[in-house]
Amino acid sequence: MSYIKKVLTKLIFVMPLLVSAAVFAESSDYNMSVGVTEVSKSIFELHMVIFWICVAIGVIVFSIMFWSLWKYRKSKGAVPADFDDNFWLEIGWTVAATLVLVWMAVPSTQVMVEAYDDAEGEINILITGHQWKWHYEYLEDEVGFFSNLSTSQEQIDGEVPKGEFYLREVDEPLVIPTNTRVRFLITGNDVIHSWWVPDFAVKQDAIPGFINTAWTNVPEPGIYRGACTELCGIKHAFMPVVVRVVEREEYDDFIAQKVTLAEAERLLTSKNWTKEELMERGEQFYNTNCAACHQANGAGIPPVFPALVGSQVVMSDSAKQIEILMEGVQGSAMAAFGDSYSEIDIAAVITYTRQAWSNGDNGDGVIVTPKDIVDYKNKIDL
Amino acid sequence: MSTVVETHDHGHHGPAKGLSRWLFTTNHKDIGTLYLWFSFIMLFTGGAMAMVIRAELFQPGLQIVQPEFFNQMTTNHGLIMVFGVIMPAFVGLANWMLPIQIGAPDMALPRLNNLSFWLLPMAFGILISTLFMPEGGPNFGWTFYAPLSTTYAPSTVNFFIFSVHVMGVSSILGSINIITTIFNMRAPGMTLMKMPLFVWSWLITAYLLIAVMPVLAGVVTMMLMDINFGTSFFNAAGGGDPVLFQHVFWFFGHPEVYIMILPAFGVVSHIIETFSRKPIFGYESMVYAMASIAILSFVVWAHHMFTVGMPLAGELFFMYSTMLIAIPTGVKVFNWVATMFRGSITFETPMLFSIAFVALFTIGGFSGLMLAIVPADFQYHDTYFVVAHFHYVLVPGALFGIIAATYYWLPKWTGNMYDETLGKLHFWLTFISVNITFFPMHFVGLAGMPRRYPDYALQFADFNAIISVGAFMFGLTQLLFLFIVIKTIRGGKQASPEVWEGAGELGLEWTLSSPAPYHSFSIPPQVK
Repeated sequence: MSYIKKVLTKLIFVMPLLVSAAVFAESSDYNMSVGVTEVSKSIFELHMVIFWICVAIGVIVFSIMFWSLWKYRKSKGAVPADFDDNFWLEIGWTVAATLVLVWMAVPSTQVMVEAYDDAEGEINILITGHQWKWHYEYLEDEVGFFSNLSTSQEQIDGEVPKGEFYLREVDEPLVIPTNTRVRFLITGNDVIHSWWVPDFAVKQDAIPGFINTAWTNVPEPGIYRGACTELCGIKHAFMPVVVRVVEREEYDDFIAQKVTLAEAERLLTSKNWTKEELMERGEQFYNTNCAACHQANGAGIPPVFPALVGSQVVMSDSAKQIEILMEGVQGSAMAAFGDSYSEIDIAAVITYTRQAWSNGDNGDGVIVTPKDIVDYKNKIDL
Repeated sequence: MSTVVETHDHGHHGPAKGLSRWLFTTNHKDIGTLYLWFSFIMLFTGGAMAMVIRAELFQPGLQIVQPEFFNQMTTNHGLIMVFGVIMPAFVGLANWMLPIQIGAPDMALPRLNNLSFWLLPMAFGILISTLFMPEGGPNFGWTFYAPLSTTYAPSTVNFFIFSVHVMGVSSILGSINIITTIFNMRAPGMTLMKMPLFVWSWLITAYLLIAVMPVLAGVVTMMLMDINFGTSFFNAAGGGDPVLFQHVFWFFGHPEVYIMILPAFGVVSHIIETFSRKPIFGYESMVYAMASIAILSFVVWAHHMFTVGMPLAGELFFMYSTMLIAIPTGVKVFNWVATMFRGSITFETPMLFSIAFVALFTIGGFSGLMLAIVPADFQYHDTYFVVAHFHYVLVPGALFGIIAATYYWLPKWTGNMYDETLGKLHFWLTFISVNITFFPMHFVGLAGMPRRYPDYALQFADFNAIISVGAFMFGLTQLLFLFIVIKTIRGGKQASPEVWEGAGELGLEWTLSSPAPYHSFSIPPQVK
């Protein structure tokens, strides 16, 4: 009985170690992703080397410990020895531990030097973390866009079945070409975020006021998924990173298309917009960018996120509303949207909120056009 | 060691009656008891929050709580466990044990002692009350990184700041008391290198506390200024630096980690030597190891910040200094194993918890070593791998140390033996559930699940379900611990003065009667 108990004790102590060794096959459901870049592969190898050194030390230390517990049980009549110190033993294991650490430090330093390199890239992309979405700007081509979570609220609330890429899908992924050195310039707009793509082994904090750099060079086309890894508020879990890596030609087409779209957008600003057109565009914009806080029904989550329904500003003070959208509200979660979105979008969403719900009936119903936003910008610039 | 045994209590010096005994007490044993009960209550409070977190994470999707409340739970769970459970429990053990381990009649500054305890319920009353306010409690993580905790925080952050200040005052007063007691009130003959290791561990811990608590107070005061008085310490828009917050916070935060584990090292050393019936191996190297860990803890802080964008030289420096800590920590583990080697070992509950401590703390040490490797940390940082790591060193590490100490000294405190069968049951249930809870966290972390997520992608679902089941088991099992403690206080087999076979040789506390008299060592014992 006692024997079985002791063996069981031993087994249970050693089991986590055995289990970990067994499942540490190269499956990415249990282990670090090997990734696709040279850096990510070096990091994976380093991780495994350090892991097996730890396992080896663990096996040695735990074997001696459990063997001692087994061998020198009082119930077996063990009599305690009377030594309590050994100078050379102490020196010996201190030196041994130091040597093992040096052995670990050498490859770690090599991989670190390989991963750390902030030379300019062939393509340079400014990544800005916003509460709660990513903005990507291609610096050479001067085009940019937001990347929002595309998983529906119904999936999150469990009203419909969850899709394959639940919380790992966005409306517009970042697109980069294969076999090209791409440098990321990473910053934050409001709080600190962190941009992580495990398959590239790139994780870099997006800090307001700082521009951090990271780089990658991806040999294989594909879709790579990552996450925000610095607590950034309520929707921290809901701003994934998705990168689509494509062949060079496809990338060039993508950029050309983006440039054309941006041109068209600039032309649209001077067009005369009707209320219906603005409403339609505004509603779409609102649901993508505003509803997370102010809610789809405009009721907000007071007191943190104020209601737009019945708000004095939204009903009867369009000048103030433009200012809030453009500049944000200091000391609150309301970001400045002026620099990040087109005049059309800003005008459309203001017009939408002034007409939607009961605001159109109770308020002044003023329609704000893209020109009003351009006028505001000109006034501020003077 | 000592020959003086006090067997009688001077009747006219007994405790006061009723509530005023606890409110106005200056007796180190009463204050120790207050600290221990306080941390016990906080353990269940912080534990209940962990249950909310695990219930929400049981499966993907938002089922039980919304992200806003989830963030309040993770934040307060961390704050309460660190400042309300682990630290007060060790201060409680220090209050109870230091004077009777060094042969002193009481702590050096008994009234200060009363104050430093009673500040704590105030601090936590303030902190917990924010959860019932309209804007909710702190929701920015226990590390409260600016600007999420300043510009973007709920206004209740001011209560949080005040509460941290009060906790800090309590810790500093407690540490002053401990250092003064150790330096001035040791029994004649007890030189520094004859002090019990628990006393040594607390002497070093108290110095760490005095060094870093003011830094924490400084960083929260800077937050207070940023929020209310228009300064821009951490606000980039005003010329400030959000990364400065992290540097200052972790300059406090890393020594804080050792504040939470060093006293456990002391406790476990006593327990292992008692139940191996063999004096601790390498006493001097144990002391030097603790001192080295404490000193090194001041130069490793930025290993929490490998992804903030430090220069290469900075990354490498903090990697090497962090790896160095593995040496004294390893030496401690080797010494514990060498103490067991050729001993005469029995497996009472405190010993079981201590053996588990050595094994599981070492696993936490291994993951800590892996996290020190900067390039690998780019993949581990802010994932569940980190959560697994610090829970391994704090739960089967620090908390097991506290539980082991409770079983070890409970007969001395109450005069009654605890129920050994129930104690063993408590150990096995705790040991199994703690591993079911925290071991799979390594896997989900490596597979890519970030921490502080109220909802997650589908490939993490299986492990999260297992983790939640383990957590519920662990939580329920601690109710058994509460039951065992209450049962022992109410009665049980009478404990002898030395309680454990041969312990009379090991320390002054075992020369006192069980329970220890209300006033002990009024006449200092002579230590040979």
